[in-house]
Amino acid sequence: MITPQIMKVINNISGLKYKKIYSTPYESLSKSQMTFRPTKYRNPKNSLNKVKSLNYVLDAIKLKSGMTISFHHSLRNGDAVMYYILKAIADKGIKDLTLAVSSLSLIQDCLLPFFETEVITAVDTSGCRGNLGSFIQKKGLKKPAIFRTHGGRARAIETGELHIDATFIAAPICDHYGNINGVQGKSPCGSLGYAMPDAHYADHVIAVTDTLSNTVLDYISIPQTLVDYIVEIPSIGDSKGITTGSIRISKKPAELIISKLAADVIKATPYFHNAMNFQFGSGGMAIATASFIKEAMLQRGIKANAGVGGVSSFHVQMLNEGLIDTFFDPQDFDLTAIQSLYNNPRHHEISVSDYANPLSANPYVNILDFAVLSATEIDLNFNVNVLTDSYGRLMGAPGGHPDAAAGANLTIITMPLLRGRLPMLLNNVTTCVTPGETVDILVTEYGLAINPLRIDLIDILKNTSLPIYSIEELKAKADKIAGPITPLEYSDEICGLVEYRDGSIIDVIHKL
Amino acid sequence: MNTLYRTMFFVPGNSPTKLVKSEIYGADCIIYDLEDSVSIYEKDSARDLVKNFLLELRPASAFGIRINAQDTPYYEDDVKTMVPLIPQFLRLPKSETAQNIKDLDDLITQYEEKSHIEIGTIKIIATIETALGVYHAYDIATASPRVIAIGLGAEDYRTDMTLINTDSGDELLFARQQISLAAHAAHVMPIDYVFSNFSNEKMFQTNVIQGKNMGFTGKSVIHPAQIPIVHDIYAPTIEEINHAKEVFSAYTQTLTNSSGVTALKGKMIDKPMVMRAKTILSYAESLRKDI
Repeated sequence: MITPQIMKVINNISGLKYKKIYSTPYESLSKSQMTFRPTKYRNPKNSLNKVKSLNYVLDAIKLKSGMTISFHHSLRNGDAVMYYILKAIADKGIKDLTLAVSSLSLIQDCLLPFFETEVITAVDTSGCRGNLGSFIQKKGLKKPAIFRTHGGRARAIETGELHIDATFIAAPICDHYGNINGVQGKSPCGSLGYAMPDAHYADHVIAVTDTLSNTVLDYISIPQTLVDYIVEIPSIGDSKGITTGSIRISKKPAELIISKLAADVIKATPYFHNAMNFQFGSGGMAIATASFIKEAMLQRGIKANAGVGGVSSFHVQMLNEGLIDTFFDPQDFDLTAIQSLYNNPRHHEISVSDYANPLSANPYVNILDFAVLSATEIDLNFNVNVLTDSYGRLMGAPGGHPDAAAGANLTIITMPLLRGRLPMLLNNVTTCVTPGETVDILVTEYGLAINPLRIDLIDILKNTSLPIYSIEELKAKADKIAGPITPLEYSDEICGLVEYRDGSIIDVIHKL
Repeated sequence: MNTLYRTMFFVPGNSPTKLVKSEIYGADCIIYDLEDSVSIYEKDSARDLVKNFLLELRPASAFGIRINAQDTPYYEDDVKTMVPLIPQFLRLPKSETAQNIKDLDDLITQYEEKSHIEIGTIKIIATIETALGVYHAYDIATASPRVIAIGLGAEDYRTDMTLINTDSGDELLFARQQISLAAHAAHVMPIDYVFSNFSNEKMFQTNVIQGKNMGFTGKSVIHPAQIPIVHDIYAPTIEEINHAKEVFSAYTQTLTNSSGVTALKGKMIDKPMVMRAKTILSYAESLRKDI
């Protein structure tokens, strides 16, 4: 929980003087402005060859200690680019860098030596876990790590709050002019939505590829006009790694109960209608809910206008069957989705800024009739934690959770009431990531609770046979099963800041 | 019995997690098992666990206890410990004769008295698992007013009869029909056997439909995924409900008009058809289906 005292500490940290404490999810940001985008010029009479060695590029862009470099994480646990680039940077003796990455997966445990030797001394990310999370919480960086939502990261880049000196874009395929896509090459990762804000706003844009095409690409995600250099490396990673921890329909009976109940709730609301727009998260339960919704769509003979968010083979199947007209895709979870993005004209690649940046006329999350999202914890005020576990350890990421929750007309959290012997519904979440004002319904295996702020939903659902309880009743049930829990004792030292999508600080991460 | 027992869901008595989650799957009835799913090394601890679980987290749905058989050293302790917890019934394995049921009846009575529970509160469901039991099915079903249902324990029955386990379940045909017949004759519920291959949904569906066609009114299940399948198959369809409504309405009209013959769409309606319609409507009402 964040207090004015903690905020004072944060404001004394270099670069964080104007950070504000979170107040409401829909505070006006109209005074903010976009920052300047760097101009780029190449004399057409000089060589147009952008393909250079990494060493040449690092010298050419004058990368030096104290700068900020960025990467996208679309290869997830298959990524080999971050290590490759950082090793070369470290070998040049450059230190004290800020690593601005769209997220960090477990495979990035291999970056630990660069943290230990102070090549990296600050982190700006969505998620962090494993050894890097442990390093941040045990040893700590020079300044607190910043955890942003996907939309919040795009906002920070585009307003200049997060200035990137150089971005190294893992490019599954790149032609000699610098056009990039993520759907071809040796290691496709699909949509390059996460890399797009970086490509537009970084001072230097370097495509890092293992598939250099001799012909101009027929599908372009990031155009040559944004790319300064191309570096060819043996391998950018392994596509198989992008599926790690992602979508598969849950087979766990309790999770299927939750998913079915979530689908029943949606069906009972006015948000389930012909031409609806929806997002299902990447968890097994969310996809199971999608499968129940699909059944209901077939029964009622209705279709969705648009699916929004991460895409898996299940979404592709719905798209191909005509149950979804269009998909807006900032990230992909498997090869079927990647192939669909390349081949299906109704499957659109979008920038993560278009997806969720609150500072745009209408990000795609704003068109959602409903979103089904997961949680590690929820509390009596419907605040949600998706970043830390019950012991306060970093293990997840805000991702698009707060963005979708804020944008959707109906936000449903599907979550087991207990995991093992620990209750997941608490007085206060360990880390607040998504504010309760943007969460409408919690669905558990023991029943559901509607946020009292949604009087309209209470009115609509009260006459159904759905097992509706107050959130306090569900908590009492969890407490009765699990027994009393001892609240965590936090260290006073702050090692991370959790930003809401508007840039305000909604919570902090404590040292362990 | 007015209670709807389409599914009797077995939950191992030695698993705290499974006990806690037992009521979330929507089974009509839960059976906390002290018998086959509990090893002999855990019999005491499972009994204690189930007892404490029921004291703290008694499920809202109907529930019973499968106790150990009468030829085991755990039987009497099971009855002694479980009766004061007032389950709806005790399920007795290896029921072979009427005397098995009478003995259990006496023991339950003894502990009902000690616990100041009204005599006859706790019912009995008999599981028949041997050739002798199948032969005595009617006697078992009528041995005590406490008996509310009888069912087949297929694995032990196969062993006793030296039968091979087949996917079709043909080897159980006679026993299933005999138990269903005996139960209906005794006005108790016939409960179909556990189909253990829970990963094969299609085969399970076929098996449940077979059972329904044999006259079973419910099925023992061991996996949560089996519950909605059984419920779907045992629930009357909208067409069946509508037809039952028409039959019943035609019958009522005949009574009102004092006319001799009841007919619907040119077909005569006889008494058994009216009885079936009543059963379907009452079943639908229990399920809160639109009638």
